[in-house]
Amino acid sequence: MSIRALSPYFFILPAVAIMVAGLVYPVLQAFYLSLYDWKIGTKFEDAPFVGIRHFIRMVSDENVHESVWVTLRFGFWTITIEMFLGVALALLLEKPIRGASLFRTIFILPLMISPVVVGLIWRYLFDARIGWINYYLGKVGIEPQVWLGNADLAFFAIVFTDIWQWTPFIFIIVIAGLQALPSEILEASKIDGANWWQHILFVKLPMIRSILLIALLLRLIDVFRALEVMYILTGGGPGRATELLSLHIYNRAFETQQLGYASAISVLLILIVFALSFGILVAGNPLKEKSDI
Amino acid sequence: MHGVKLSGVTKAFGATNVIPMMDLHFDEGEFVVIVGPSGCGKSTTLRMIAGLEPVSGGQIFIGGKDVTWAPPKERDIAMVFQSYALYPHMNVAGNMSFALRLAGRPKDEVANRVRKAAELLELTEYLDRRPRDLSGGQRQRVAMGRAIVRDAYCFLFDEPLSNLDAKLRSTMRTELAILHKRLKRTMIYVTHDQIEAMTMADRIVIMDKGIIQQVGTPRAVYNSPDNRFVAGFIGSPSMNFLEAELAGSDELRVCGKGFDIPLSPKLRAATERNSSREVAIGLRPEHFSIKGAGGSQSSLFAPINLTVDVAEYIGSSQFLAARIGDQPITASIEVGPDSAPLESGEYLFDTNRMYLFNRKTGAAIA
Repeated sequence: MSIRALSPYFFILPAVAIMVAGLVYPVLQAFYLSLYDWKIGTKFEDAPFVGIRHFIRMVSDENVHESVWVTLRFGFWTITIEMFLGVALALLLEKPIRGASLFRTIFILPLMISPVVVGLIWRYLFDARIGWINYYLGKVGIEPQVWLGNADLAFFAIVFTDIWQWTPFIFIIVIAGLQALPSEILEASKIDGANWWQHILFVKLPMIRSILLIALLLRLIDVFRALEVMYILTGGGPGRATELLSLHIYNRAFETQQLGYASAISVLLILIVFALSFGILVAGNPLKEKSDI
Repeated sequence: MHGVKLSGVTKAFGATNVIPMMDLHFDEGEFVVIVGPSGCGKSTTLRMIAGLEPVSGGQIFIGGKDVTWAPPKERDIAMVFQSYALYPHMNVAGNMSFALRLAGRPKDEVANRVRKAAELLELTEYLDRRPRDLSGGQRQRVAMGRAIVRDAYCFLFDEPLSNLDAKLRSTMRTELAILHKRLKRTMIYVTHDQIEAMTMADRIVIMDKGIIQQVGTPRAVYNSPDNRFVAGFIGSPSMNFLEAELAGSDELRVCGKGFDIPLSPKLRAATERNSSREVAIGLRPEHFSIKGAGGSQSSLFAPINLTVDVAEYIGSSQFLAARIGDQPITASIEVGPDSAPLESGEYLFDTNRMYLFNRKTGAAIA
C-alpha cells in the first residue's frame, strides 16, 4: 500500500487509540473481571476463576431482574415526560418574544448543577419533616408524605428529580434545531394551509426528527448511567424500589464486595444500552438524515 | 374584474419606512412582474400580499375580499419561493399534495390533481423521490407543481429563478409563460432581473426605495420611461445619461461637452413646458449607428463624436466602451459579423429616440 493510501489511517490513529484506551479496554476489563470471584482487599491473583457462573447466576437473580425492571420503568417515564416537556417548551419559547431569552437561561440552570448537589437539594426538599414540599403541601391542606420512605413515592421522587434536571437538555437541543429550520419552508406550510398543530406535527417535528432521535439516544444512555442523584436521594431504597441497574452494580461491588458479579451485571448493562442505541440508530439513522436540511 | 388590489398600503420595520404608501391593482388573470434593485421593497410587497408580513397600514383585497388581516391560508394564494422551500421529509408527491391533504380533499381527487400537475411539469417519474435527490431545475418544478395543484386564485413568485443557471433560467421563463397561458390565473412575480420582467410580464411594476416608479407594459416602460430611474433600470445594456443644457431659442438644442444636438420637433414641444434649462439626456446604447448605415441619412440622425476605449466583438454587433467629451457611455452598434473593430470617430444618433430628463427631479421631460 502506498503512503497516500495509508495516510487516512495515520490521521485517525490518535482518535482510535483514545477510543481503545478509554472505551474498549475498560469494557474488556469488565468482561475479564466478571470471570473471576474477586473481593476488594484481596489479591487478584488469589481470586478463583469462575468462568460464566456469574452470568448464569444473573439470569435467575431476582434482584437483577427487579433492578432492570426499575430502570426500564424509570427510563420510560422520565424520557417520555422529558421529551414531551422539552419539545413543548422549545416550541413555546422559540419565537423572539419579550423575556424568552431570560426564560431560556432560567430553564437551563438545572443542567449546570452537579448531580451530587442535585441529589442533596432534592433530598432536603423531599424530606418528610423539614422539607419544603411537605411544608407547602401542608399550606394547602395536604397531609405530609414520607416521600423517600414509601416505595411508590420514592420512585415518583427520583423520576421527578430526573425530569427537573434533564428536561432542559432536551429543551436546549430542540430549540437549537427549531431555530436552524429555514424560514421559507415554515412560511410555505402556512401558505399551504397548515394550522398551528399541523404546522408543528407535519412540518417542524419531522424536520428536526434527527435531532429528536439523537436527544432520545443520549437520554437513554444517561438513564442507564444515572447513579449519583439516586445514590444520594434514596440509595436505592426503600427496599429496592429505586435501585436502578447502575446503582445495583455499585451496591454489589462496594457494599457486598462482589466485584466479579458486579462486573458481570455491568456487561449486561453495556449489552442493553448497545442494543437500544443500535435499534434507534438503525430505525432513525439520524446522522444520515442530517443532509436533509 | 376583481384581481388583487393594494390600497394605501404602508409598511415600516421599526422606525424604517420601507413602503411609504402604495396603491396598486393587478387585474384578474394578469401576469405582473414587480422589479427593482435589492432592498426596494418588492419582496416585502409580495409577502404582504401573501400574508406573511403584516401591513402597517392600508388594505389588501384578493378577489374582491378584504384579506388585510386574514392568515395566508385564507387568501386563496399559492407561492413559489426563491429557495423552493420544499419539505425535505416528504417525497415529490407528498410535497405537491400537502395543501390538498391539509384541506381534507378526497384521496382520488388529490392523486388526480398531483398526477395532472406532474404531467404538466414532466415530473411523473420523480413522484417518489425526496427533494434532496433532485436537481435544482427539478426542485424548482416541484415548487411550481405545489403551487399549481392548489388551483389558487392568485400565484405569487418570489425570485423563483434566481438559483438556477442561465440556460435553465431561460427555459423556465418560457415554461412559466406557457403555464400562465394555460392556467389564466393572476400571477405576481418578483425579481431583480429586468430581462425576466420584460420577457414574461403583461405589465411591469418598477420599484425603488419602496416607491412605485412606473407601472406599464414592457413596451411602455422601455419606450416611455417616466423618470431617469426607470430609464436606467429597464433595458440592457442600460441607458446612457449625459449632463447637458438646453440652448438656443428658435431651434432648440442640447449642448454639453463634446456634443451639440438639435432637438426633434417632439422634444422641442415637450421642453416648452419645462422651465429648467439643466437637463440630462438619455441615449440607449442600441440607438447609435455608424455613418452610412441604411436609413440613417434622415435628418433625425445627429452626428456625434465617440472616443472609443474598447470595442467588444459579440457577433453581429459590437459593444463600445466609449466617451462623449469626458462622459463615459456604452454603445451597441450593429455592424455585421465580419466587421473590423470600431474606432473613435463620428457616429450617428437617432434624435427621435433621445430622452430628456429634468436633472434635478429626474422626471422625464419627453
